[in-house]
Amino acid sequence: MLIRESASKMAEALANKEVSAVELTNQHFEQIEAVDKDVHAFLYLDKEGAISQAADIDKRRAAGEKLSPLAGIPLALKDVLTQKGVPTTCGSKILAGWRPPYDATVVTKLKSAGVVILGKTNMDEFAMGSSTENSAYGPTHNPWDLSRIPGGSGGGSSAALAAFEAPLAIGTDTGGSIRQPAAVTGTVGVKPTYGGVSRYGLVAFSSSLDQAGPCARTVLDTALLHQVIAGFDPRDSTSINQAVPDVVAAAKKQNVAGMKIGIVKQLSGDGYQKGVENKFNEAISELVKLGAEIVEVSCPNFEYALAAYYLIAPSECSSNLARFDSIRFGLRVGDDGTHGAEEVMNLTRQAGFGREVKRRIILGTYALSSGYYDAYYGSAQKVRTLIKRDFEAAFEKCDVLVSPTAPTTAFKIGEKANDPLAMYLNDIATIPVNMAGIGGMSLPCGLADEDNLPVGFQIMSPAMKDERMYLVGGALEAALLAKWGKPILDFAPKLVGSK
Amino acid sequence: MAAISRDEVANLARLARIAMSDAELDHLAGEMDVILGAVARVQEVAGKDVPATSHPLDVNNVVRDDEVVPSLSPNEALSGAPASEDQRFKVPQILGEE
Amino acid sequence: MSLNYEQVIEKYEPTLGLEVHVELNTKSKMFCGCATEFGAKPNTQTCPVCLGLPGALPVVNKKAIESTILIGLALNCSIAPYSRFARKNYFYPDMPKNFQTSQYDEPICVNGYLDVEIETDEGNKSFKIEIERVHMEEDTGKSLHVGGNTGRIHGADYSLLDYNRAGIPLVEIVTKVIPNTGKYAPQVARAYVAALRDILRGLQVSDVKMEQGSLRCDVNLSLSSIGSGKLGTRSETKNVNSLRSVERAVTGEMIRQASKLEQGERIIQETRHFLEESGQTRPGRSKEQAEDYRYFPEPDLVPVVPESKWIEELRKALPEKPADRRKRLQAAWAVPDKEMAAMVNAELLDTVEQTVLLGADATKARSWWLGEISRIANDRNVFPTDLISVKDVAEIIALISKGELTDKLARQVVEGVIAGEGTPTDVIGKRGLKVVSDDSQLMKSIEAAIAASPETAERVRGGNIPAAGALIGAVMKATGGQADAAKVRELLLKHLGQ
Repeated sequence: MLIRESASKMAEALANKEVSAVELTNQHFEQIEAVDKDVHAFLYLDKEGAISQAADIDKRRAAGEKLSPLAGIPLALKDVLTQKGVPTTCGSKILAGWRPPYDATVVTKLKSAGVVILGKTNMDEFAMGSSTENSAYGPTHNPWDLSRIPGGSGGGSSAALAAFEAPLAIGTDTGGSIRQPAAVTGTVGVKPTYGGVSRYGLVAFSSSLDQAGPCARTVLDTALLHQVIAGFDPRDSTSINQAVPDVVAAAKKQNVAGMKIGIVKQLSGDGYQKGVENKFNEAISELVKLGAEIVEVSCPNFEYALAAYYLIAPSECSSNLARFDSIRFGLRVGDDGTHGAEEVMNLTRQAGFGREVKRRIILGTYALSSGYYDAYYGSAQKVRTLIKRDFEAAFEKCDVLVSPTAPTTAFKIGEKANDPLAMYLNDIATIPVNMAGIGGMSLPCGLADEDNLPVGFQIMSPAMKDERMYLVGGALEAALLAKWGKPILDFAPKLVGSK
Repeated sequence: MAAISRDEVANLARLARIAMSDAELDHLAGEMDVILGAVARVQEVAGKDVPATSHPLDVNNVVRDDEVVPSLSPNEALSGAPASEDQRFKVPQILGEE
Repeated sequence: MSLNYEQVIEKYEPTLGLEVHVELNTKSKMFCGCATEFGAKPNTQTCPVCLGLPGALPVVNKKAIESTILIGLALNCSIAPYSRFARKNYFYPDMPKNFQTSQYDEPICVNGYLDVEIETDEGNKSFKIEIERVHMEEDTGKSLHVGGNTGRIHGADYSLLDYNRAGIPLVEIVTKVIPNTGKYAPQVARAYVAALRDILRGLQVSDVKMEQGSLRCDVNLSLSSIGSGKLGTRSETKNVNSLRSVERAVTGEMIRQASKLEQGERIIQETRHFLEESGQTRPGRSKEQAEDYRYFPEPDLVPVVPESKWIEELRKALPEKPADRRKRLQAAWAVPDKEMAAMVNAELLDTVEQTVLLGADATKARSWWLGEISRIANDRNVFPTDLISVKDVAEIIALISKGELTDKLARQVVEGVIAGEGTPTDVIGKRGLKVVSDDSQLMKSIEAAIAASPETAERVRGGNIPAAGALIGAVMKATGGQADAAKVRELLLKHLGQ
């Protein structure tokens, strides 16, 4: 069994013909079979498609074709990206059974790189949440402790990695949905610079904040996947038409001597769990040992980021989710001859959207409505300017910024389900990155003393300087691995039935 | 006083085309009040001179040439439709403005 | 109590505002590469973008921006240095995303004007119509209402949607308030839309076919009592789809509003629909509560920031202004004012010009298109060029000039071409309409005519040239009109020693 290896190791084994892509794919399906009834990372498994793609890779490899580095490696795809002919639900009832007639650009790129898509992973409905409890199809469980959340919205993708159901996954990050799940599951996740990865086929939550990105168990694997999915896309007007930074070289470089690393003063203290802060500080010590220079920076307007986010994201979502109207795709409720089109729309949206989605649609509708626009949406946009300026000033003093990814380790399922504001606080450290459109990475930096659960370390880099977070992340990861003696996931309790 | 009334929430639900029961409206009005109380602080910080940022990208004039590319087949276009007839999407009687 | 128009204008002053929507004639849609052909089978020109499928994203058609800038320049607008798209949020089944990607407070063209001229009993009058904005947006799909018996929305059992039209680029041209048109308001409204249409046609940015909906007009109108200085409440009459209808809609609304005011009723601010049959308007279904469009900057698109170099290139590509062109053609063709106006009103200026460009004499081209051909077209309620092509008319005129057809024969050729008998040459062959140009054959007829009226012939011999007319007529009759009268005259006079 190779399932606990990194994608890079699996790729080596494939290249050396120690294993075929079909065998590797089947090993992962066996693991999914064994553990996913407990973890519930997947909403849909595309066994047939995956095996056929793996077989194709094997054939091409046998024919001596030069394949991309990740050809034949299995991947878990967050269910917010369209894949032609494969059910795409966004964790919502309103899309139950919808099979898109087109591939997202990310999916097109994965397919042409020969990456084997195993299936679609669970998520908070329309990516709105921090725990995956808002999925209409039931929560995903954290492989470290099945009674706990795997983070969100991309909890299915992070749990699949931590449960060795897939070595690679795709997530999307609007306010932390890649990084926070990575943090609480002991995996790695990157939100690239806004515009670095195409949003075409990513079902929009908040268009100016959404960004798809790579997730894996190591920094190098994440970089390899980043390289596959990033790049200009003429179908996305907000895609950046520049060369993709060489993140793979950066992940391998392992040298941070002389780099200036800024600790953001505002992303610590009140609300941050003690064990989280301790592990964060220990990681900082490692970076110092590696020769990095640590500076403290102040970003005073980050204090307003959460409030601004919870106006901007709902505003955009209230408009983005208007298309779910029961006419061209998805659920239809009440079409029994007694209701007109408008009523059928109303009833469908009542039945099809979950509570958090409705809450945000109503909040966004309010924030954009005449009379309130300037006070709410307008003010939030100004805060966005101030946050951008804070980052610009900070990046004048240092190469990257760092903070804990999430204020706490994984909490219990149900613990915050009825307190939206407490739930929103999970994203306090990740949101500023989305507001400014810059890059952010989370990688594990240890287990909190009080609960033995993983802690995430966040690295933030200026726009289109994504290689910097891979450089720092790769070096820190190596130092911590040396210190721990084994990968962090090897400290996790073994799941029942796990291969 | 509550920042938002139940009637206002009902009007928002109408604008957002979401049917809501009385219980849902009551519950949501309470939650909205709390959330609005928390997010209203965005009004405290930025002065008049601060410009709005609606988008993180600083890019202009992204366009495509006026070229026709193949459309979906009608079957693909209609594949997700809850109801269709004569190669068209079928909806119940439309009330409202003609 | 309903007032007549004269009574209305004695007491009330109308204030107009016109919003014109133009579908651009780009090959592909505003935000995706789907084709824009009119009349295609339902839902054959759709894709994830224009169907509003989850995950799809728009990319702006460059040609659509250029066409809009051209329109702005032709209407003397300023081109905004920074312009953005915005989402207009409202639900309607024919709008796939349930928001329209449009422009709100940052339109691409602002502050222009268009001079229009109308004919009145007091001579020609000119009005300066100020343009507030020209902006880009996208069209909606089309609904077909099925069941019931009206074919209209009310009483229909269900509706069927075709999204081929969804996402076709639209340009909206909005005037500022047009004051002081008085009794000429209906004429001014019509003349404005006509002038706008000529400009758009000249720019070649739209088919401007009002009957197909590629140019649609909304009329805003309010009345105030003369001298009161107070603006009245306005109504908005939607989708007025011909020039004649624009004029009738303004007249109808003036009469309706005045009659209401006379009865002491209030005018409600509302949307109304124009009724083609009666020339009146009726209210749209009023909504219980107001919509709130919740405009905000479209986050899936980036700003349009036209560089001055781009604008100047477009400015260079601007065609001659229609008014300037008219002056130039009138001078070149030496046409009197009245006939020039007739040609413009009949919308035959382009046709005549094309005919002249194919070598036809200007006077002949004008008289054929406005005379015989227009007469037949009017009888059949079609446009002259629907009956016969410019090329055929040019060919017929050339044959007349060469003396191979007489006017009378040419009329038969036109008739034959319209009847579908083929090209002018085909018709001439099939009907045997050649001019008799064989001198000896003509001489036989001339001699016969002289023999039949020796006294007349004597008078001609004696120097009474006008008397020859009767003999020429007889020859023409004998040859069934297939002789060239000038030729007959020449031979006859020579034969009689003149």
